[in-house]
Order: sequence, then C-alpha cells, then structure tokens
Amino acid sequence: MLSNVLLELSGSITPMGAGIGAGLAVLGAGMGIGRIGGSAMEGMARQPEMAGKIQTGMLIASALIEGAALFAIAVCFLIGNK
Amino acid sequence: MNKSYIKYFIFTLLTLFLGNKVQAGEPTEGGVFNPGDMIIHHISDAHEWHLWTTTGADGKEHHVSIPLPVILYSEKGLEIFSSANFHNDLQTYNGYKLEHEHIYLADANGTILTDANGKKLAPLDFSITKNVASIFISAFLLITIFSAVAGGYKKNAGKAPSGIQSFFEPLIMFVRDEIAIPNIGEKKYEKYLPYLLTVFFFIWVNNLLGLIPTGANASGNIAFTMTLAVLTGVITNLSGNASYWGHIFWTPGVPLWLRPIMLPVEVVGILTKPFALMIRLFANITAGHIIILSLMSFIFIFKSMAVGVPVSAFVVVMTMMELFVAALQAFIFTLLSALFIGAAIEEHHHDDHH
Repeated sequence: MLSNVLLELSGSITPMGAGIGAGLAVLGAGMGIGRIGGSAMEGMARQPEMAGKIQTGMLIASALIEGAALFAIAVCFLIGNK
Repeated sequence: MNKSYIKYFIFTLLTLFLGNKVQAGEPTEGGVFNPGDMIIHHISDAHEWHLWTTTGADGKEHHVSIPLPVILYSEKGLEIFSSANFHNDLQTYNGYKLEHEHIYLADANGTILTDANGKKLAPLDFSITKNVASIFISAFLLITIFSAVAGGYKKNAGKAPSGIQSFFEPLIMFVRDEIAIPNIGEKKYEKYLPYLLTVFFFIWVNNLLGLIPTGANASGNIAFTMTLAVLTGVITNLSGNASYWGHIFWTPGVPLWLRPIMLPVEVVGILTKPFALMIRLFANITAGHIIILSLMSFIFIFKSMAVGVPVSAFVVVMTMMELFVAALQAFIFTLLSALFIGAAIEEHHHDDHH
C-alpha cells in the first residue's frame, strides 16, 4: 500500500532507489572516515612526533574508503540515468 | 624566492576560478536550463573542443569551439575529416551521423543504419576527441618539463639543483622514498620507479588540466583509468615470482579445508585490485566535476544574486578541495600500484607458517 502511494508520487521507483542508495553510501563513508579521522587525531595527540606518519596513513585509509563509496555512487548514477 | 610573485600567482589562480561562471552557459536554444544535460555534456568526451557560447542580438546561440579531426574505419575504408562537417541540421556527413557524440553509419536522410537485431551500425572510431587531444597536451607538457629536469641534472652534476630541477626534485624523491622503496624494497625498486613516476605525474597533470575552465575530463574517462589499471595489473602479474603465485593458488597459513575456497577468491582478487584502481580514480575525478557543475547550476536555476554570491564562494572552496583530490588520487594510484608490485616480487618469508 505504501509502495503504491510512493509509486504514484514518484512516477517510478527507480530514481528513488538510486537516491537512497547514494545517500546510504555517503553515510557509510562519512562514518568510516570520521572514525579514521578521530583515531588519527587521538594518535597524534598521544605521540606528536609520529604526527607525519599518522597523517599519511589517515589519508591513505580515507582514500580507500572513499573509493568504495564512490563505486556505490557510480552505480546509483547509472541506475538513476537508465 | 620572491614572496610577492607567489602572491600574484595565487591571485591569478583564484581569478581563473571565479571566471568559471561563464562556463555554465549551455546550448539550450532558448529553452529551460537543464542542469542534468549540462553536467553530462561537460564530463563527457566530444568530437570538438567547445570553448564558450555567446547569445547574439537575435537571441540565437553561437558556440565557439575548435573542431577536432574525425578518424573512422569501416568497410568503406579509412576516412579522416574535420568534425566541423557535422555542423548541419541533421548532423550527418558523407554517410555518417553524429548523435550524442557517437558516430554511426547513416543514409543520406540522416537515419541511422541498423543490423538485423536493431543494433545501430557504427564504424570504428579512432578520432582525436577532446580527451585524446587533452592527453596529447599533457604528454607534451610532461615531456617538456621532465626533459628540462633531466637536462638540469646533467648540467648541475655534483652541484646543488637549480631552476625547474629544484621544483621537481622533492616530488621525485617523495615518490622514490615514500612510495617505491618502502613498498618494493631497496634492492628491486629501480626497475619499477620509472613506471611509478610516470603514473604519478601523468595522473596529476591530467587531473589538473581537467579542473581548469575549458579543460577536458581526461582522467574521468573510464577508458583512461582502465588503461592505467591494466598496465599496473600486467606489470604486477608479469613480475610475480613463484612465491606470489603460490600464495594465490595454495594460500599458506590457512587450514587445508579452506584452501580450495580461497582459490577462486584469490584468483578473482587478481582482477578486482586493478578494477578498484580504475573505479576509484574515475569516480573521484568525475564526482568532483559533477559537484562543481551542480553548484554552478544553482546560479542558473535561481538566477539571483543572493544565491549567486555565496554559491560562487562555495565553488571556489570546492575547487580547492578538488585540487587536493587531484594530487591525492595520483598519490593513491601510485602507492597502490607500488604495493601490488611489491607484493608480487616479495621474497619468501620463513615466518609465514609453512
């Protein structure tokens, strides 16, 4: 019943799926990279002389997670454009 | 280093980005502004290099663009002509039709020929498109710069570096000391360092060229990133030693019953690692361009100063982030390539539980 109502409103349920998917992907990436940033800050506060290495590791881990999130974004873009 | 010319350089750079607003005008032929079409047009490849569009006194839009050569090969043979020939109403020329930047075989009326299944017939397209031309420009830029750097080393042998050599030396040493040596090892990194340096600077320069107004989105083209990922994959697997292949087909350190399950996982892993490299670079760069273009679309949707001024400021901020992403993605691609190559040539360690 709810899905019928939503179908009427949106015309097609496909772009809505794409939007929800993209939102969830960004949510996951945000949480993951936020945790990495937090731990990195904490590590740098505990041991300031390791700050350089910790920062490099933080950037690498963030880029890898962002790669996965952007994969999901690319898929959602394709779904939305079909 | 004269501090004041750095200030002028940064000022010029910022004015370049404030000029971005002019670019958002897209050929709508007087219709409603369609941000989706505008964005797709800006991130896609094209057979001409579109510079700007002006609206004349009669309301007609006049596009200023550089037509690029079209090189096609079909049963008719090799045909080379300028894409300016497609500038007619039907967008046809000599049996070819240009539709959404793809060239198909067509008849004289402009109807695209299809085969028995309804699939559109197309010639093999080897044209110099916008992305190809941009790659040529970046290749020329890199060859010029690094020939100058190499010449500097020859001239200053044994002395302190000077000129352009002193700008690139820290970058080259960064790639060698932070990426190549830690991941590949002191003894074998030299064989792979030219590839890593090439990949690093090639991706970085192409990312930067894509960010300037009227630039081409070369590194956001999946064929570009696929080629680089395939190169990394080929180099990794060709340098694999017996230990590397042994770890894939008969993973050590895991219980025997698990090994047949690990086998397809590891074999697929050979393919997924370059695939992830390809998607990561493509999606990061294209997503960055889409963000900037979407923000600028706001100005044209709302058509008000109250929206225009803060949005322009935000676009400058996002472009600064995109500059960072340009360098970071080049670094990540190079680092992961070095990691994969290092894993492939790593010597057998006795502490691997076998």
